Amino acid sequence: MRYLPLTDTDRSDMLEKVGAPDIDALFSDVPEEARLSGPIEGLPMHASEMAVEKHMRRLSKKNLAASDAAFFLGAGAYKHHIPASVDHIIQRGEFLTAYTPYQPEIAQGTLQMLFEFQTQVARLYGCAVANASMYDGSTACWEAVAMAGRVARGRKRKVVLSGALHPHYAEVVRTMAKFTEDEIADAPPSLAPAPDDDGLIARIDENTSCVVVQYPDILGRLPDLARIAEAAHEKGALLIAVNTEPVALGAIKSPGELGADIVVGEGQSIGVGLQFGGPYLGLFAVRDPKHVRMMPGRLCGETVDAEGKRGFVLTLSTREQHIRREKATSNICTNSGLCALAFSVHMTLLGEKGLRQMAMENHRLACLAADRLARVPGVTLLNDSFFNEFTIRLGTDARTIVRALADKGVLAGVSLGRLFPDNPELADGLLVAVTETTSEEDIETLASALEGELA
Amino acid sequence: MNAPNASGWKPGTPVEGHNAMSGPDTATGNRALMLEEPLIFEIGHAETTGVDFPTPLPGGEGAKARLAGMERTDPIGLPGLSEPETIRHYTRLSRQNYAIDLGLFPLGSCTMKHNPRLNEKVARMPGFADVHPLQPVDTVRGALEVVNELAHWLIDLTGMHGVAMSPKAGAHGELCGILCIRAALEARGDAREVILVPESAHGTNPATAAFAGYKVEDIPATPEGRVDLEALKARLGPDVAGVMITNPNTCGLFEPDMKAISDAVHEAGGFVYCDGANFNAIVGKVRPGDLGVDAMHINLHKTFSTPHGGGGPGSGPVVLSEALAPYGPLPFTARDGDGVVHLVEEENAAEFDHTRAFGRMTAFHGQMGMFTRALAYMLSHGADGLKQVAEDAVLNANYVLRSLEDVLDAPFGHSGPCMHEALFSDKGFAEGLSTLDLAKALIDEGYHPMTMYFPLVVHGAMLVEPTETESKAALDQFIMALRSVAERAKSGDESLKTAPHYAPRRRLDETQAARKPILAWNDPDMV
Repeated sequence: MRYLPLTDTDRSDMLEKVGAPDIDALFSDVPEEARLSGPIEGLPMHASEMAVEKHMRRLSKKNLAASDAAFFLGAGAYKHHIPASVDHIIQRGEFLTAYTPYQPEIAQGTLQMLFEFQTQVARLYGCAVANASMYDGSTACWEAVAMAGRVARGRKRKVVLSGALHPHYAEVVRTMAKFTEDEIADAPPSLAPAPDDDGLIARIDENTSCVVVQYPDILGRLPDLARIAEAAHEKGALLIAVNTEPVALGAIKSPGELGADIVVGEGQSIGVGLQFGGPYLGLFAVRDPKHVRMMPGRLCGETVDAEGKRGFVLTLSTREQHIRREKATSNICTNSGLCALAFSVHMTLLGEKGLRQMAMENHRLACLAADRLARVPGVTLLNDSFFNEFTIRLGTDARTIVRALADKGVLAGVSLGRLFPDNPELADGLLVAVTETTSEEDIETLASALEGELA
Repeated sequence: MNAPNASGWKPGTPVEGHNAMSGPDTATGNRALMLEEPLIFEIGHAETTGVDFPTPLPGGEGAKARLAGMERTDPIGLPGLSEPETIRHYTRLSRQNYAIDLGLFPLGSCTMKHNPRLNEKVARMPGFADVHPLQPVDTVRGALEVVNELAHWLIDLTGMHGVAMSPKAGAHGELCGILCIRAALEARGDAREVILVPESAHGTNPATAAFAGYKVEDIPATPEGRVDLEALKARLGPDVAGVMITNPNTCGLFEPDMKAISDAVHEAGGFVYCDGANFNAIVGKVRPGDLGVDAMHINLHKTFSTPHGGGGPGSGPVVLSEALAPYGPLPFTARDGDGVVHLVEEENAAEFDHTRAFGRMTAFHGQMGMFTRALAYMLSHGADGLKQVAEDAVLNANYVLRSLEDVLDAPFGHSGPCMHEALFSDKGFAEGLSTLDLAKALIDEGYHPMTMYFPLVVHGAMLVEPTETESKAALDQFIMALRSVAERAKSGDESLKTAPHYAPRRRLDETQAARKPILAWNDPDMV
């Protein structure tokens, strides 16, 4: 058993030292009837490294890798190029196999990285403070709603969700709100060229704790955040802006700059990779520093050591579960530390210049794709505005088309029918995402495949 | 780029008049191989980038017109570094970290065991790392089989009925389990308000119950460090939705009354949640389902070893009893009569009798990258090896307990064998010396300290979890180091108070950090 260093001689020497006749004597507190004798039925015995690798490779080959197809999926997870240095750094054992930095004197590597990460996220989002990461964008979105409830001291129970919020994010909020008894007001999603900001604003009232708006939204459109922020603030509500594509923020104004009070999002695009949905990286920031003590999750802060040297520690932990128990701001204990490292390294490699170049390259290619696809007979481009993702209407159920194109090695996008199964009006919508990894040839492949399928 | 933060010091700033133990200062702040590293904000520039993009192709005119007038105009403030500078920055930072690759990491309840590199290799296979969560189901059959195969292992190892795979971490799994309980109670029209949580529980347990809308009541521990069964029974009633038990518990002990606790709770109409953070102590030896547990999260990163990466990502699938399984959240996977694995989502929930699901806890399917790692670990150990894992983890912990109980107080040493972790206290330390001082002195001996001041039921607690991947030689060296530090703590060695002396940093001022928080570079003082 290659991972277990004890030899049988060690085991018997150690049993003698602890005064136990055999190993089962150490399990004497387990009631006899609950103790298993012999290995569990139905499970295989241990296997060699070679055998396990072979088995896993066989399973992996049953999946079509994004890089092996003309690939256009987005909807909250994006395929971007990740520089080789990122994976190299996160595989360094001192990062990979470290734990939560509970002993700051010997965890400055992780802590300084988290402090830099917090600053990067805060600046990207146009906020004062970001935390040291959360599970993913959707859970961060719920945590933001819960935080807005705390800010309103439970006196406001209405949460206004944009109909163009990612439906899975909305479902996470609805699921949790059932148990906290928050009232959810959400507008139905609509296939209009521009988001329904008026409809959203009309739903905000004095009982509203927060308004949740995705930017860019699930159909790729850009809502007028500044206007929504003003309307929310007028009624004493907080604006929560949700961003699922941080690369967009290299091209468009930050949500904080436009008046969002809490900005949350998915950090997967920068450094993390697709990974079939996880692990991803939740980003969470607040515009107003006075809200810091209401935040969920971990915070890393700067201080000095006994010699006056700068150092970093986890701080303000009096908000956290291990001290506050049932009064904590959230039950979160772990964070996505390693994913935060990947994000931070990639962002450091990009820098301001690289992020802006990357953003503009994404947008430029998306414009090319939108123009090309709009020329396919039967296809209509929905969006007035977009960053790297837009919606086309096919005039027929997009799920069928997506399935047919997959057989030809083209992963055409995410059908709105899969995202909104209960809304037949959206069934002909196809969400198409384009990034710097998309080639002109890929765009042409998709366009011709669509021409073939819609003819 | 900007003025420095309030703390003022940065590498290269001379430090005067401090403790002589640290030796002479250097001009750069560096000392031999221990290098000081500035922040990226101090060395990077907005104009520097470590990434080359292909020369833009022609076309795409009028691009900006599509951004609805929202173009970024002001600087963002993100410094860039070239590739060599980036590698050097993070490599230097990494050297200021303690990690399991460097030595024993005895954090109780955190289960810091060796991370097999095969798991890393497997998780990076393009068929797993480079697939999108919303790809057509036909193109991800292998990924679904990984989820399904892992689910089978978890069900078989725990003796439960079903498993919800999507929770992203242990505490997220706790929430999932408690919401399943709540959904099952609501389905039978039973509005119960209280969750009972023993005082030895992880802090996440009461926080979770409160987040799910429950009132939390503590159940005391017996003098032997176990749940007080009589107190628990006395509190049960029609208002109690369930109990959250950690077993093995945080005192490092198995709860021998677990079945009696479950029976009593079930009889009173409630459900039993088991915190599975310590499952590595009993995997292959005991099935929680046989003890009447209704829901238990499994920290894949702990028991089945996926990298902890500075505090995450984790992964917290929840195994469920027959009574709770129908309420588990979407999405999940199910095998049909022909053996084909299906992904059950909102779209097809009815086909798989999953219409009672309490909802969705996360956007996608959970921690796929952790699933591949955990499955590779399980296949490597097999059913025989996992049993050996529990046995070696428990043997190692008892070896530590019995080797140290003559120098360190072991409050429950008389309660019998411990499970995978050994609990000590600060009883007998000289006046003025604390668990914290001992922990910091252990750093100078080259070790990451154990978990301190937890569980709360023991004064000055020290919880040591060696795990099964430590050799006897490694344990003997650790024991020797801990003995020496414990003897110094008992004899009143004042130098412990200023430890660590040899770490990259001396003791850090945590009070100042909390009183005047500086949470981003160059932002004014807050709060």
